[in-house]
Amino acid sequence: MQFQKGKKRSENMNKEGQGSSREIVLPGDLLESGGRMKAGAGTYVQDGKVYAAQVGIKSVKSNFVNVIPLGGRYIPTPGDSVIGKVVDIGPSNWLVDINSPYPAPLHVNEVPWRVDFGDTARFMNVGDTLLAKVLMVDETKRVQVTMKEQGLRKLQGGQIVEISYSKVPRVIGKGGSMIQMIKNMTNTRIFVGQNGRIWLDGEIENIVFAIRAIRMIEENAQTMRLTERVKEYLESVCKPAPAEDAESR
Amino acid sequence: MKLISDDGIRYDGRKVDELRPIRIEAGVLKRADGSAYVEFGKNKVLAAVYGPRECHPRHMQNPAKAIVQCKYNMIAFSVGDRKRPGPDRRSVEISKIISEALDYVVFTENFPRTSIDVYIEVLQANAGTRCAGPTAASVALADAGIPMKDLVPSVAVGKVNDQVVLDLQKEEDNYGQADLPIAMIPRTGEILLMQMDGHMTRAEFDRAIELGVGACKRIYDIQKDALARRYTVEKTEEEPAEEAPSEQEG
Repeated sequence: MQFQKGKKRSENMNKEGQGSSREIVLPGDLLESGGRMKAGAGTYVQDGKVYAAQVGIKSVKSNFVNVIPLGGRYIPTPGDSVIGKVVDIGPSNWLVDINSPYPAPLHVNEVPWRVDFGDTARFMNVGDTLLAKVLMVDETKRVQVTMKEQGLRKLQGGQIVEISYSKVPRVIGKGGSMIQMIKNMTNTRIFVGQNGRIWLDGEIENIVFAIRAIRMIEENAQTMRLTERVKEYLESVCKPAPAEDAESR
Repeated sequence: MKLISDDGIRYDGRKVDELRPIRIEAGVLKRADGSAYVEFGKNKVLAAVYGPRECHPRHMQNPAKAIVQCKYNMIAFSVGDRKRPGPDRRSVEISKIISEALDYVVFTENFPRTSIDVYIEVLQANAGTRCAGPTAASVALADAGIPMKDLVPSVAVGKVNDQVVLDLQKEEDNYGQADLPIAMIPRTGEILLMQMDGHMTRAEFDRAIELGVGACKRIYDIQKDALARRYTVEKTEEEPAEEAPSEQEG
């Protein structure tokens, strides 16, 4: 018996489209006994039968049964864009908290600046937040992050909200539709990390509306027609002078 | 002392193979990653799960898998005479056996070097809290989104007045002849926890296991129902908001 891990998290990302079954499964629930489908993410195999390993929604995709989790901790995968907080500094590295059970060191070779040995604090200090990408994760889940890529930087200003990492795909929406709509309608700059941290910058009222919209998505993640409802909310609140309308909710 | 009447009715009015009324609620605490509240008759037990999280102290980390650390604690007002707070011989033992039972069901190899912390607080005790503990804790683990093989229902069977009875309550536990708590995975029949206090014959033991297995299946259904309720309520949160107050009145 072995727990099946998802090969790519992105496999589960576009779940909106497949409305065939939204069945909630619990650990130990039988998913497949005939051997027709293979065990996907969030499942395990025992005696040739596939069972759910997590609380989640059953989904069938290209001959794999998966369980899309409803909760749990973020586990880093190489290539994930994340928002980190500096929790400690060393002479040649920063220790970054990426909202997972594993702290992630960021080495000076992985930042876009030239940093002298022992000079790390001049660039980023404890408490600073940054956009980073997961560089590699080994078998014992030792993580390394990098900032040497287009768009990765230290974050100045703005606000950060945290949601459950399992709801990130819903906040982004199909092909980025949801987050694009929030950005356009509230006129804010938003960055969503795979680890469930969201950074927002813009006018303070607009940030408040965007955060409310995100909380709405988080609470109603499993419901249908979510994009339309969020749109309705944002329309009610953003178009005419935003300050007054805020009280109606 | 006569704890069972001649027509097979127990001290609290139950039959020999009857469970106490059980109520399970999942996701009762907001700050913990997962939580559950269990009432087993007069037992009231709260379980909270944190993790997987970084394991401290470092030397307890296992590079191959997560460790499951369970803390079973009885609150000072959980028993008749005030219980002196803090760990004692009994709670350390119960913490250990519950940790080992839960460690078996959790896919620990997914989270190397971490610890999964389970806290079980007994708010009110009336015998059988070491069974209510894993019952609550496994629901809390599932609620925390931790990958696991199955839930772990647990129940105690005992011998009172030379009869095998299910789910002992306080008087039967104190003045009975034997007490046999078990925890298991009903689907596979694997037993994860078993202790025995007192004496039973082989035939009585077999009968006790038979009763316990049957009861675990019933508890298992209640556990699943609690989790299903927690996640379907979330799904339709907006619509039935108006119905809730009328239920309380009725």
